[in-house]
Amino acid sequence: MAELNFQTFIFYAFSAVLVGASVGVITSRNPVHSALLLVLAFFTSAGLWIQLQAEFLAIALVLVYVGAVMVLFLFVVMMLDINLEKLRKDFWSYLPVGGLVAALLVLEMGWILWSHFSADGFQREEPAPLPADYSNTKQLGRLIYTVYVYPFEIAAVILLVAIVAAIALTLRHRKESKYIDPARQVEVRRKDRVRIVSMASEKKPD
Amino acid sequence: MNAVVLPLVNAGAWAWGLLGASVVAVFGQDFAPYVLYAIKTLILIMCIVVPLMLCVAYLTLWERKLIGWIQVRIGPNRVGPLGLLQPIADGLKLLVKEIIIPAGASKFLFVIAPMLALMPALAAWAVVPFSPELVLANIDASLLYILAITSMGVYGIIIAGWASNSKYAFIGALRSAAQIVSYEIAMGFALVGVLMAAQSLNLGEIVMSQDGRYGVLNWFFIPLFPFFLVYLISGVAETNRAPFDVAEGESEIVAGFHVEYSGMTFALFFLAEYANMILVSTLCSILFLGGWLSPVPLVLAESIGLPWLAAGNIGWLFLKLFMVVSSFLWFRATFPRYRYDQIMRLGWKVFIPVTIVWIVVLGAWMQTPLWVWWK
Repeated sequence: MAELNFQTFIFYAFSAVLVGASVGVITSRNPVHSALLLVLAFFTSAGLWIQLQAEFLAIALVLVYVGAVMVLFLFVVMMLDINLEKLRKDFWSYLPVGGLVAALLVLEMGWILWSHFSADGFQREEPAPLPADYSNTKQLGRLIYTVYVYPFEIAAVILLVAIVAAIALTLRHRKESKYIDPARQVEVRRKDRVRIVSMASEKKPD
Repeated sequence: MNAVVLPLVNAGAWAWGLLGASVVAVFGQDFAPYVLYAIKTLILIMCIVVPLMLCVAYLTLWERKLIGWIQVRIGPNRVGPLGLLQPIADGLKLLVKEIIIPAGASKFLFVIAPMLALMPALAAWAVVPFSPELVLANIDASLLYILAITSMGVYGIIIAGWASNSKYAFIGALRSAAQIVSYEIAMGFALVGVLMAAQSLNLGEIVMSQDGRYGVLNWFFIPLFPFFLVYLISGVAETNRAPFDVAEGESEIVAGFHVEYSGMTFALFFLAEYANMILVSTLCSILFLGGWLSPVPLVLAESIGLPWLAAGNIGWLFLKLFMVVSSFLWFRATFPRYRYDQIMRLGWKVFIPVTIVWIVVLGAWMQTPLWVWWK
């Protein structure tokens, strides 16, 4: 048991919030509350990553998941009219399968951790703190564009294909749409729309 | 001078020593350094936040005055000399007003939403450098930190819209969410250009890489002009300011996401909007307009015998910041509100392609001898 210093105190505080928020995500009755608790869970895990001196990953987690993905998620969840009571009706029938999957997951993770830590007899030196001028961000960038350049590029291409496919599958032009090409709007001149007619203001007396 | 400053410094050191001793007595040797560090940081945070809040208060007055002059009016001139006490009166009025929580609202989220809107606008200031030494937390990836923290500001608006249980507020929140997520992409690409040119993610280093003998010609807004425009306009859209203020849209959805808010809860949204505006202007000055650096070339300053004009100074940063913020107000007085589909088109179909093309151009340009912005 490590002595209680400030770092471990912060770690346990953040972990408690993280576990609490994660439990809240699946037990909350309101899907919007669930999504917001998930945001809290992401944010606290970013805090834990900062403690592991992985500041780039932590900032990226907040930027991508908290700042963009969850906003879109909330966007959808807020507009859905979900009746949770109806969804919960089948809770007991799904429980055996879900429980089995959960137990398998826990077993697998426990196995990996066990084999990892039992190798050196559950005694592990704390890694030496990195020097103050060590740039996590620079190191990651260097690795991505040298050692892992092919996996990185392939992942990027797959994502690009996914974007194109998603747009191609959902894009449809509705016939009743009144969309006008902005270029044509800008091109309009006065003579296209207005016709000035010269006529007498009063009817001529007969 | 010394006769005044020295006793003050001594008194400060004495008070700090007394505080240190009492903290050790209360928290023990193990925790005392952390507690002292927290207290010191808190004092430094107050040194940034209090002037910022004053700036926000007087920015509202400056906005009303400036727009008044643009529209050939006088603007507020009743409270105090030249209307200078108007923001104080407004603040007092909002403080004593009743906070109304709608019957169908989700109470906890309704109350926490204004705080969530204001918090990121203040937290981002932690890494903003005011001069080479004057920065609260000089972290390595400060540009990324700012992007991440400011991207959380939208939660205040979304939660406010949803928790109000009102259709107008909800539509305002949805508009705001879609708009902020869209413009964040263009903004991010514009920042990619800046970090390519500066070769750093640290705001202080970004400013220093714009340092040079030619003053204003060394700044990044010249080689990165498309990014400068995209960043400035995206900044207006990100802060929900006119002409991109469809999230409020008085003529269609009353006041958008904050229609149900009153008193101090409303004031917090107001503070957040103006603090964000000052933040975006400061970042614009730091990233593209050379931060605290002087616009006067060294040669020119020496030839007219005023070499101090070419030296960097925090005053230059404030001057640039003031001009960018004033241009935000000028936009509001000039442009009619964008139509919603036009906003989306501008963000996705104009800004993102422009920035992507200019990133490629910039990458090629930097490989040639024509690139003269190296240190």
